[in-house]
Amino acid sequence: MSVYFLCLVLFSIGLYCTLRKRNIIKIVIGLGIIEYAVNLFFVLVGYKMAGRSPILSPNQAIENMVDPIPQALVLTAIVIGLAVTALIVAIALRIYEKYGTFDITKIKRLHG
Amino acid sequence: MLELHLLLLFMIVAAVVAVEIKDLLSSVIAVGAVGLGVSLSFLLLKAPDLAITQLVVEILCLIILIRATINKDLPLVKDGRWFFNTLSTLSFLAVFLLFAYFALKSLPVFGKPIMRIAEVYLKEGLAKTGAANLVAAIILDFRGYDTLGEATVLFTAVIGVMAVMRKVGRIRK
Repeated sequence: MSVYFLCLVLFSIGLYCTLRKRNIIKIVIGLGIIEYAVNLFFVLVGYKMAGRSPILSPNQAIENMVDPIPQALVLTAIVIGLAVTALIVAIALRIYEKYGTFDITKIKRLHG
Repeated sequence: MLELHLLLLFMIVAAVVAVEIKDLLSSVIAVGAVGLGVSLSFLLLKAPDLAITQLVVEILCLIILIRATINKDLPLVKDGRWFFNTLSTLSFLAVFLLFAYFALKSLPVFGKPIMRIAEVYLKEGLAKTGAANLVAAIILDFRGYDTLGEATVLFTAVIGVMAVMRKVGRIRK
């Protein structure tokens, strides 16, 4: 269970960064850390002790494989995380062009 | 599983460095260290496809973030309601950790997953799909509609990036 706990600590660091920091790039970094922690947690839940990777090979009996379903879901989640990070960074760069700052408390003129 | 613990501790240290360091470029590099640690732990957790994908995605993510932070190094200001902000953040974290404690208690023990559906896939995956890699069989065959929806999300995000970054904006009168 200590592995789950360490994963939770990683998630909490990302959540703290997202909530507390005022720089937009720091917020993006916090979201990235949260994403890593969640992906890792899914794979941890599907891990079987002393298991094999879920790839079949000829002349070998299928025994004691890890759970392939979390791996399949995380595989697409990783790629989507990249696209979402790119979208956030694009919006942050637009904000920087318009307001000249990354500080979220300085961005007040929300109209056109 | 000692090496997994060591990797997780390394990732936690790198994450703390990424959160607390002043220089934005160093922060981005530290978060890259976290991502590579995630890739190595996928390899330890017997998920080689995930390790490869995470490596490639991590490098692309670093390039995007460095593009955003280069030449734009701004110091973090610490004025205003510092005490109130920290207090509200920490109280939210405390509530979250309380719920997480109850959730962690009801999880199965690490190393013994509940594999009711996966057993069927492991047993009949080769006969039904013909794919030796069962992760690929699940992505492209058993859960094909999930993958279709996720590809839709991916392309929507790409269209969003193109719409945000385009040069020609609204013409002002």
